[in-house]
Amino acid sequence: MSPAGQVRDWLDERFGWDDLVAFIRHKTVPLHRYSYWYYLGGITLFLFTLQVVTGILLLLYYRPTPSDAFGSVQYIMTQVHFGWLIRSIHSWGANLMIFTAFAHMFSVAFFKAYRKPRELTWLSGIILLFLVLGFGFSGYLLPWNTLAFFATTVGTNLIGQVPLAGPWLLTFLRGGADVTGATLGRFFAFHVALLPGLATAFLLTHLLLVQRFGISVPPSLEPAWQAKPPAEREIRFFPNFMLRELMAWYLALGALGTLAALRPWGLGTKADPFASAPAGIRPEWYFMFMFETLKLIPARVGFMTGEALGVLVFGLAAVAWTLLPFLDRGGTGRKRRWAAGAVVFALGYVVGMTLYGYLVMAK
Amino acid sequence: MEARVDSTQITDAWWRAPAALAGYLFLLALVLGMAAPTTARAQAAKNSCLDCHSQLPPPLQVKPEEYNQSIHAEKGLTCVSCHGGDATKADMTAAMSAAAGFRGHVNRTGIPKLCASCHANATYMRGFDPSLPTDQYSKYLTSVHGHLLAKGDTNVAVCTDCHGVHDVRSPSDPRSSVYPLNVPGTCARCHANAETMKAYKIPTDQYASYTASVHYEDLVKNGDLSAPTCVTCHGAHGATPPGVSSVVNVCSTCHVFQAQLFDKSPHARAFLAAGLPGCVTCHSNHRILQPTDAFLGTGKGSVCVNCHAPGDPGYTAAAQIHSSLTALQASIDRSSAILARAGSSGMEVGPAELELSGARDDLTKARVGVHNFSAPAVEKETQAGMGVAQKTYQAGVAALAERDYRRKGLGISLGVIVLVVVSLWLLIRSIESRNSLEAKK
Repeated sequence: MSPAGQVRDWLDERFGWDDLVAFIRHKTVPLHRYSYWYYLGGITLFLFTLQVVTGILLLLYYRPTPSDAFGSVQYIMTQVHFGWLIRSIHSWGANLMIFTAFAHMFSVAFFKAYRKPRELTWLSGIILLFLVLGFGFSGYLLPWNTLAFFATTVGTNLIGQVPLAGPWLLTFLRGGADVTGATLGRFFAFHVALLPGLATAFLLTHLLLVQRFGISVPPSLEPAWQAKPPAEREIRFFPNFMLRELMAWYLALGALGTLAALRPWGLGTKADPFASAPAGIRPEWYFMFMFETLKLIPARVGFMTGEALGVLVFGLAAVAWTLLPFLDRGGTGRKRRWAAGAVVFALGYVVGMTLYGYLVMAK
Repeated sequence: MEARVDSTQITDAWWRAPAALAGYLFLLALVLGMAAPTTARAQAAKNSCLDCHSQLPPPLQVKPEEYNQSIHAEKGLTCVSCHGGDATKADMTAAMSAAAGFRGHVNRTGIPKLCASCHANATYMRGFDPSLPTDQYSKYLTSVHGHLLAKGDTNVAVCTDCHGVHDVRSPSDPRSSVYPLNVPGTCARCHANAETMKAYKIPTDQYASYTASVHYEDLVKNGDLSAPTCVTCHGAHGATPPGVSSVVNVCSTCHVFQAQLFDKSPHARAFLAAGLPGCVTCHSNHRILQPTDAFLGTGKGSVCVNCHAPGDPGYTAAAQIHSSLTALQASIDRSSAILARAGSSGMEVGPAELELSGARDDLTKARVGVHNFSAPAVEKETQAGMGVAQKTYQAGVAALAERDYRRKGLGISLGVIVLVVVSLWLLIRSIESRNSLEAKK
């Protein structure tokens, strides 16, 4: 027997390798005109893996103190071999991952893939999205540059507006009253320890649930899809779907490389906590719709400050969005359509307010 | 039916009337007691001067809102403090009687002395502001204004001309006529007035010249309140034009290094011998423009050629100094441009830009060093900067080369990625066509 065969036998004897291979061979993915949306989850997973790898490489040189953080990132970008590439891929990859995570979420929402029995799949996915946003928020501060410093000050101020728990959350996140070295230390700990741990746990849960309940077919296509013979309505996960997914990953890698080489992620200037905030302070694009909304709310609405009201409304909206599978109980007519309307509104609002924010900034 | 009187009602009734009376009396006493000191205070604070003078036409008019916002009102001084009299008397004759110490209108010649009665009294002034100087009057007596006033010229400036009369404000109050931003305008009220200055036969273009100067630009456009105004060079209360020999001393209060170098230079002795004022000969006095490298050398706009002719050593040194400075400036510009190009391509050039600021420092030092008029000394400073500028230029070249290398790398990587994607596509097609054949069988 060949050495490869011997290894396979060894694995099969202990872990049931042949059963696993048989399972993968029989696993299928629905085939219809919207199947390409299924690749978004895989691309997000690929980008997450890339973030882990590049993040570990950055950790070799990064120093999370106010005196060293900026210099260490500058060192990575100018002195370390391919440090610029690693840092740029990490920064661009984070943005691309958040984009694909959002796109994945909206595709799931549009196709009503959250319906019974996939409520927990949706729930774990939404938690993953919040964790990814947490990665973005905590990672943004780590280079300790001017823009990040003041954007974090503004961002944490908003968290301080959360009713009841706001002041406590603010102090917990900042490690004091202001954004200081204590904040940097905490954000670093969240970014490289707490969030990766939680994300790994929820990612495994999410993948397990996807595996357990399979991939959903959009309700509008389901009757026609069911009517087709099995060979026409499904493709094998391995190798057919997996190879296509691999193509998507390569294309994502190409896009990332292009961005990193042509538009390396900038570093700006070192943060000076005693300097006044520069003009044009803004959050990253994925928080822009919330930031712009809060700016439009009057300073005081009834007994609440405008910011507190905005944070409360966004909080309630996030809870409602998370509970979408439990609120959308199916039915016919209007009952069936309200959820689709809510998804269209949510997407329109997020995209519209983000564009509006950038248009206002450009003026 | 006979009304029945309760024993408790009888018991209550006997004290109710006197208690009510006592209560009323107590309240009355309380009200009067509270009112009494208020009335006394009101009488003490009463200012009968303003009652009338607020209603009178100019020049006897005093606007209460102006007086009330003055530093004197803020510190509790009243009309009586300067004019005497008794402001508590409602009757005009009694209020302005000689018996009440009324001094009335203060003549211009008496104003400095009147102000000095408080402002030259260190013990008295300490009660308001221990850090406030009390030498204004003694300085004023040494000033041109003070000398002329002593000779009986009442057209010269006295305290009230610059500080105001009833609306005197602290110099730190932006509304004050002696707030740094307002000082040039205050002096110009007289010194830019040809009619007023006619008798003194002095020019009136100082203000116009000053407003074109770098000092004015710094004061007004940059909002630097420490920038020189008229009083910085001429003195405030002891205002006097600096003489030929003391000009350098005036400028050196701020431009210390330039003055030290000039003092050791051959120009110091030559200028003194020729009766030329130090700094002013090259930089002018009021129209002190932003100095440029064109001030030096032998070209158009050079001040050196005003004295030096071709062939003399000074002419040659001027050309060399100009050449050193412009060469360093050009080198810095070249480095700055290439770093900007690399930066706009996304290259991290922060450390090189920081290093280049060292060359800019060398250029500044060289420009200061110009004031000893030694070509070798200036060249020594510029050479240090040239080295830094050259190094940062190389950093810019390297950054652009790195950018091109990355782009080539990207091209190759994209080529590989496209190749892999196409191969995957072909592999998928091959697998699926094989599957389809197997299914047909």
